[in-house]
Amino acid sequence: MYSRAYKSLVSIPPLFWVGAFLLLPYALMFAHSLWTVREGVIVHQWNWENYKTLFTNPLYAEVLFRTTRIAASVTVCSLLLGYPLAYYLAFHTGGRKELLYQLVIVPLWVSYLVRGYAWKTILGSDGVLNGFLQYLHLTHEPVGFFLYSPFAVVLMLTHIYTPFVFLPIYAALEHIPRPLVEASQDLGAGSLQTFWRVILPLSMPGLLAGATFAFVLSLGDFLAPLLVGGPSGTMIANVVQSLFGAAFDWPLGAAISVGILVITISLLFLSEILEKRWAFK
Amino acid sequence: MAEGAALLEVRNVGKHFGTTEVLKNISLNIASGEFLTLLGESGSGKTTLLRLIAGFEQPTSGEIWMGGERLDIQPPYKRPVNTVFQNYALFPHLSARDNVAYGLRVKGTRASEIGGRVEEALSMVRMQGFAASRPSQLSGGQQQRIALARALVNRPQLLLLDEPLSALDANLRKQMQSELKALQREIGITFLFVTHDQEEAMALSDRIALLRDGALEQVASPREIYARPATAYTAQFIGQTNLLHGEIRGGIATCGALRWPLEEADARVIFSLRPEAIRLSADGKRQASEVKFRAAIRQQLYGGSTELLEVDCGKCQTLRVRVPACGSLTGEHDFVFLISDAIRVQE
Repeated sequence: MYSRAYKSLVSIPPLFWVGAFLLLPYALMFAHSLWTVREGVIVHQWNWENYKTLFTNPLYAEVLFRTTRIAASVTVCSLLLGYPLAYYLAFHTGGRKELLYQLVIVPLWVSYLVRGYAWKTILGSDGVLNGFLQYLHLTHEPVGFFLYSPFAVVLMLTHIYTPFVFLPIYAALEHIPRPLVEASQDLGAGSLQTFWRVILPLSMPGLLAGATFAFVLSLGDFLAPLLVGGPSGTMIANVVQSLFGAAFDWPLGAAISVGILVITISLLFLSEILEKRWAFK
Repeated sequence: MAEGAALLEVRNVGKHFGTTEVLKNISLNIASGEFLTLLGESGSGKTTLLRLIAGFEQPTSGEIWMGGERLDIQPPYKRPVNTVFQNYALFPHLSARDNVAYGLRVKGTRASEIGGRVEEALSMVRMQGFAASRPSQLSGGQQQRIALARALVNRPQLLLLDEPLSALDANLRKQMQSELKALQREIGITFLFVTHDQEEAMALSDRIALLRDGALEQVASPREIYARPATAYTAQFIGQTNLLHGEIRGGIATCGALRWPLEEADARVIFSLRPEAIRLSADGKRQASEVKFRAAIRQQLYGGSTELLEVDCGKCQTLRVRVPACGSLTGEHDFVFLISDAIRVQE
C-alpha cells in the first residue's frame, strides 16, 4: 500500500498537465465563444450571438454537413480497407505476420505533411496519375477533379487513417481464441458462416473503436482540405482556422469549436457505451 | 468387449510438424458404440490424433476412413463428428441455448425443429434452467455440460472429447466422469476420449489405446491392459508396479534375491509384479505355485483401507507391496506372490 502523501505527490504532474493544457484552454475557448468582436477588438460582453449565427447562417450548416459526409466516407473506406487487411494478417499469414504488421505501421512514422504533399504530386494536373493515364491514352488532357476536391480529401484521409482503423480491429481479431473458430467449423460452419456468426460479432468492439478513430479524427482535420481540398473541399476546421486568422473573429471560431467538441465527445461517449455492450469476456 | 463393425479406421497414419514426427504409423479401429480412450503423457500425440480425426490437421501419411468413406480428405465442417474442446470453446457472445443451437442453425435445420432438439439436448445434460445464460455466467462444470450438449445435439456418429474434464476440480471431475459414462451408455454414441489421467481412462473406457512418443504402445480393455501389460512402460504408466530385471537360465528365473522355476528359453527378462500381488505370509508357508521371500520393512505409507510398504529383500532390491491395513509393521517378514502374477514384459 502507498501512503496518502505518496499518492498525492505522484498525481500532481498528470493533474497539472490536464489542468493547464486541457481544462484551462477549454474554459478559455468556452469563454471566448460567449464574447463578441466590435471594431476589430474582442469585447468581454457575455452573449449568445455567436451560437445564434451558427444556427441561422446556412453556410456553417453546409460546411458541417460536408465535413460529416467526408468523415463518414473516410470511415467507410478505411473500414473496407482496414478490416480485410486485419483479417488477413490475423488469420492467414503464419510466419510473415510480424513483417506485414510492421509494413502496415511504417506509414505512421512518415510526417503527415510529407504524405499530403505526396498526394499533391500524385493527383495534380501534371501529376503522376494524370501522366500515367495520358501515357496509356485513356485521357487526352489532365483530369482536373483528382486534386482540389472532396474526393482528394477522402483519398488522403483514408490513406492516413486506415492504419488507425487497422490496429484496433487487428487487436480484436488476434484476441479471438482460435478454438472458437475450430468449434464453429466442427459444428458444420464453413468459412463464410464462421465469419458472420463468430468472427465479426467478436471483433465488433475493435471495429467500432477503429470507426470512431477514423470519424473523429477526420471530423477535426484541417490539413488535408488545406493541401488537397480546394474551395469545394473546405471542412469545418478550415472555417475555424480562418476565423481565428484572417477573419479575426475568435468568438465565432470558438463557438464553432465548442460545437465540434460537443459532437466529438457525444460520439466518443456513444462508442464507449456500444463497445461495452459488445465486449464479451 | 466384443468387436462390433469398425466405425472409424485409422490406417497407417503419420504426422510431421516440420522435422518433428508427432505420430508414427498409427493404425486403430474404433467399433460402433465403443468408448475408446487415447491415453498418454503430454506430447505423446494423443491430441494430434484427435485433431486429425476432427479435421483440424492433415495427416502427413496414411488414411482415415469412417463408415466406408474417406474422412481425412474432407474439411472439418463436412465430417459427421463433433468435438468437446478442452476449454469448452463456447461462443462468448451467444447464450447457452444459442450455443447449443449453433450446429443446427448453420446446417439450415428448420426453426421449428431446432427448438425441440435444443431443449432435448439441454435436458440431457440437465441444463434447461440455464438456457438464457451467457457462458461467462456459468461455472466450469456447467460450461462443460453446455459444450457436451452443443456437440450431442448434432447427433454425431462419433464424439471426440479432448481432455474435457481436465479443467474441473477433483470432486466435480469424479461426478462428471460417472455422468459422462452414463450418458454414453444411454445415447449409444461412439466416444473417442483423450486424457493423460490413467485412472480416468480405466474408469470410463471399453478400451484404452496407450500412446508413447507418437506410437501405439498397447490397445486393450482396462482390465487386460492392467493385468497383462505388454511393455514395461505400460506396466508403469497404468497403475503402480515393481519392475524386476533379471534372467532366465536353465528353467530358473532369477531377479535379484528372487528365484522361481520358469520353463522358458534362456534370456534377459523384465517382469512386472503389481504391489497388491504380493502378500504377507503369516505362517511362513508357501504353495508350490508361489514364490516366498524374506524382506525388511523400510517404509510404511498408510492409505486408509490399504498400506503401501517399501521392503528391502537384500541385494539392493526394493519392492513395493500393497497389503490390507494391518497396523504398524517393523523388522523382517515373509512375503509370497504367485508365479503367474509376475508378468513378463517387453523393454
